[in-house]
Amino acid sequence: MPVFIQIPTALRALTDKQSEVAAEGATVGAAVESLAASYPDIKKHLYDENGVLRSFVNIYFGDTNIKNLDGLDTPLKDGDKIMLVPAIAGGDGTWV
Amino acid sequence: MITLPEEINLAIRAEGERTYPNECCGFIFGKSEERGEDTYRSATEILPIDNAREAEERHHRFVIGPDDFMAAEREARKKGLDVLGFYHSHPNWFSRPSDYDREHALPFYSYVILSVERGRAAELTSWELTSDRELFVQEL
Repeated sequence: MPVFIQIPTALRALTDKQSEVAAEGATVGAAVESLAASYPDIKKHLYDENGVLRSFVNIYFGDTNIKNLDGLDTPLKDGDKIMLVPAIAGGDGTWV
Repeated sequence: MITLPEEINLAIRAEGERTYPNECCGFIFGKSEERGEDTYRSATEILPIDNAREAEERHHRFVIGPDDFMAAEREARKKGLDVLGFYHSHPNWFSRPSDYDREHALPFYSYVILSVERGRAAELTSWELTSDRELFVQEL
């Protein structure tokens, strides 16, 4: 039974230009893994080399960041919608 | 490939000087159009954002948080525009993307970088991340 993931503009080229994709999963983490399995090219933008969700990738359930819920363990039920929302970070070449 | 009209260029330069010695940051709104394999983007306005990094880090780091991102996406959509990318300044540093920039970037968007030297806006460049995340390609 599907849940739905809304895709930011930047990543739609990797989801056949779809702004919303159906995924499977009883939790947010499982749904995002299902998305990455269906669209393998999106994986490197969501997860780092160690398979950890990149720090700038945020996931919203309704208007709430899942960091304020149960994170990737946040439960989902059939028909729920989540949204991938990037944070933008950067800076110069100094590390101090 | 992005086109920055002169008024947008001047607006970003003014932001870089206003926030010096800290980094400025914000969204670039405009229209995008696909022509074959390429996407052409034309900027029409900027949306300055308060740098969300800690005060002592703002001279060399910036963050636009997800709440600001959602709000900006909605505002762009309301105006019939797209978020084309982001700008930020490098105070007393080259207008070249750092590894830190690359690690936090996504493809499609334009990343405009303004060098601000001793308080004066200097070189402005724009970059796009390759889809394998390996490098930034200069577009301006």
